[in-house]
Amino acid sequence: MNTAMGSTAPRPPALRGAGLAKRYGTTTALDGFDLVVESATVHGLLGPNGAGKTTAVRCFTTLTDLDEGTAAIDGIDVRRDPAAVRERIGLVGQFHAVDEALTARQNLVLFGRLSGLSKTHAHERSAELLDAFDLTDAADRAVSGFSGGMRRRLDIAASLVLTPAVLFLDEPTTGLDPRGRATVWQAVRDIAAAGTTVLLTTQYLDEADQLADRISVMDHGRVIAEGTPDELKARLGGDRVQVVVADAGRADAAAASMARAAGAEASVDLDTRTVTVEVANGAATLAPIVRALDADGIAFDDLVLRRPTLDEVFLHLTGPATSAEPRLEPR
Amino acid sequence: MTTTTSTLRGAPVRRGHRPNALREGALIARRDVLHWVREPWGIIFGLAFNFMLVLMFGFLFGGAIALPGGGDYLQFLLPGMFALTMLFGLESTMTAMAEDAGRGITDRFRSLPISSASVALGRALADLASSALSLAVLMLGGLVIGWRPTTGPAEIALGVVLLLWLRFALLWLGIFLGLRLRGSGAVTAVQVLVWPIGFLSTVFVSAETMPGWLGAIAEWNPVSATATAARVLFGNPTGATSGWLAENAVLAASVWPLAITLVFLPLAAGAYRRLRR
Ligand SMILES: Nc1ncnc2c1ncn2[C@@H]1O[C@H](COP(=O)(O)OP(=O)(O)OP(=O)(O)O)[C@@H](O)[C@H]1O
Ligand SMILES: [Mg+2]
Repeated sequence: MNTAMGSTAPRPPALRGAGLAKRYGTTTALDGFDLVVESATVHGLLGPNGAGKTTAVRCFTTLTDLDEGTAAIDGIDVRRDPAAVRERIGLVGQFHAVDEALTARQNLVLFGRLSGLSKTHAHERSAELLDAFDLTDAADRAVSGFSGGMRRRLDIAASLVLTPAVLFLDEPTTGLDPRGRATVWQAVRDIAAAGTTVLLTTQYLDEADQLADRISVMDHGRVIAEGTPDELKARLGGDRVQVVVADAGRADAAAASMARAAGAEASVDLDTRTVTVEVANGAATLAPIVRALDADGIAFDDLVLRRPTLDEVFLHLTGPATSAEPRLEPR
Repeated sequence: MTTTTSTLRGAPVRRGHRPNALREGALIARRDVLHWVREPWGIIFGLAFNFMLVLMFGFLFGGAIALPGGGDYLQFLLPGMFALTMLFGLESTMTAMAEDAGRGITDRFRSLPISSASVALGRALADLASSALSLAVLMLGGLVIGWRPTTGPAEIALGVVLLLWLRFALLWLGIFLGLRLRGSGAVTAVQVLVWPIGFLSTVFVSAETMPGWLGAIAEWNPVSATATAARVLFGNPTGATSGWLAENAVLAASVWPLAITLVFLPLAAGAYRRLRR
């Protein structure tokens, strides 16, 4: 790639990984992993436990050496110039990486000064970040007494002392309650709006759906699907509308009326008296389904609209016939 | 959270900055100082423990311990305790290094555009400072209970330097062990092993009162070299009437830490690089 060709040269992607491989003994953590993230976008890296998400993030952030392949941030090779890469990235690791015994403010000032800010500037910047992340009241308390959500916010704030070109967030909402999750989501949106490229790993499809411009689904160290949330959802068959009929004997009748209302095939599970129909846009088909059931005089106990689960994503993407052994361990 | 976007837009961007290991090391070391201020009990307890050992050996067992070559046991004991305190510092270096690496804070430092030497340098500065402080307190405590150096300021200063020189050497051993053994029970094993190493020396008793083979081991212990050199330089009884160490204590106390440093400084640097694996 030619970056020294003046303003006419195309801007390199914010993040580029080609053929990344990383082995730990007999475990293959990355196995031909490819990723391109355009500048100023949010990219979701979605995968189950052990898929290799953290390893990929660590390779891009110069923490772990690659066995094979090339990784670059803003066109800068992580192996050739790790120092320049470190100037351009911010990392919020999967596990908290702040000093527990210090206060929130002391942590931010420390990281600010290590990033080259003067003492005064580091204090100003810390105050701004504490304010932006709702930590001003707790600023001078030791982090060891913080809740999970507060720690997470401090962790994110600590990686924004300088404006990173690329921010890595490794499972930033795992273990947070819904309110904590919403706060982190808003922070990610704000960070992206300010022009920072974000790579976000997650185990939750809805999180990637909410935040990401594009999503890479990974498993066993490689990307098995890539696209916008809509593209992926279309491949996954969209939403599910499930109805639990009051009388198992009417399940087939319910399936017929739901199929008619949704314009898609319905499946029946007699054991749970559940009729399921897959639709592209669940919210829009909900009312027609209810009206159809009502018109046909079918009583139901429960009605759910849900997204495909991560399990379903994987079952769909890997396909039951791709290998003899199941690719997802039962949970 | 409403102000985040503007906060980010106003954020500083810095490129092409030159890492400065000394400045960054000092900043990282300052973290330890903040720890001491917030939670001083660790240090206070450590000092109290060392002083308790002095009192126990000096007054409880001291009466029953006769020194070859004569001399007051308390005058013999104190320089030994100074050397032992330097050895005990190994434990805190190792534990701090292992904890930081295990908790991800080392990874955060490693993801910053700072010199790769600054993490170890920060540890070294902080631990040397805390050991110097411990040494000063122990020396003052010793003076209170009757320990008396009998030489001039130059010799006393050299004695202090040699004690800290041992501590300096053990920094690299501690950093190496902390990085390599982190997260395993082995850290606890080393914490326990420090004890027999400390006792298998001339810190508490003269090597000449031990069975021959044991005495030989004790004389070759680097802690003994520093303890004996400190006794010589402070003008205290050495408990050694003959032998190579008795005559060359200052040389031994200079060479041992040098050898340890030459071996373990590269190993510590290698262990730090190995974090990338
Ligand atoms: N330092 C290491 N030593 C040995 N094996 C490792 C190491 N780091 C990762 N692995 C292995 O590599 C594989 C991928 O791990 P990784 O942590 O990248 O997955 P992940 O997608 O982040 O999982 P999770 O969702 O649980 O965080 C796993 O099988 C893991 O056990
Ligand atoms: Mg992970």
